[in-house]
Amino acid sequence: MKAHLTRRYRFSASHRLHNQSMSPEENLATYGKCNNPYGHGHNYIVEVTVSGHVDSSTGMVCNLVDLDGFVKEQIVDRYDHTNLNMMDEFQKLVPTTENLCVEIFDRLQKSFRPAKVERVRIEETMMNSFEYAGGRELAH
Amino acid sequence: MIYLTRRVEFSASHYYHNPEFSAEENRRIFGKCNNPHGHGHNYILEVTVKGEIDSRSGFVIDLKQLKEIMNREVVDALDHRHLNKEVPEFARQIPTSENIAIAIWKRLTPKLKLAQLHRVRLYETADLFVDFYGEA
Repeated sequence: MKAHLTRRYRFSASHRLHNQSMSPEENLATYGKCNNPYGHGHNYIVEVTVSGHVDSSTGMVCNLVDLDGFVKEQIVDRYDHTNLNMMDEFQKLVPTTENLCVEIFDRLQKSFRPAKVERVRIEETMMNSFEYAGGRELAH
Repeated sequence: MIYLTRRVEFSASHYYHNPEFSAEENRRIFGKCNNPHGHGHNYILEVTVKGEIDSRSGFVIDLKQLKEIMNREVVDALDHRHLNKEVPEFARQIPTSENIAIAIWKRLTPKLKLAQLHRVRLYETADLFVDFYGEA
């Protein structure tokens, strides 16, 4: 039997939305308050969904200790209390939550082996969220 | 096709233990969940059904019937129970959220007549949930 398991994680970070190839006016028109040169921050919530067959000896899709350890090391410790604009991956990419979502999905999918990474969903605030499933349509 | 979701809550205790593993293996794989005295959760169950809207009633399913089925098949059977000791499915199967979601699916699906079961989502905590879509 195949099941999906979703776990929520949290980190806090700052960012500034600014594209160097746009003029100051264009940046302001495109990003509004998010273009403030000093940046601003969010308490991000990251939902990671993995899937797989339920192992008959453990009753699990994957051991939560493995998933928690991996996400903590690869995602939470990497981004928590940082300025996203300073990270290597956002030197040429604007750290919108769309781009962050893709980055986190790719990072997890590349090296998490115990189960299939299906989807990453990020809540930037209570009022908006972003989902990425590796470019696939959301399955359900 | 339209989808309808209903939530219910139940509280239950459980522990994770596979008698085929050694004591050390059980502790290593299941960690705190292997405590033989058990521990508990307030589970939140979301049941999603799908179907066409009935032209006379305007319903995809009679919500009262769905509520009765969920209460009878799930809440009455699991609420304030020790899952390992009191629920037949878990006499030989570990009551992980994955297995509980599958057991709930198997309890509900034969009882639903008009609408079709789409998803069982079981929250073990606010930060952990399992989805089962009836996939083999």
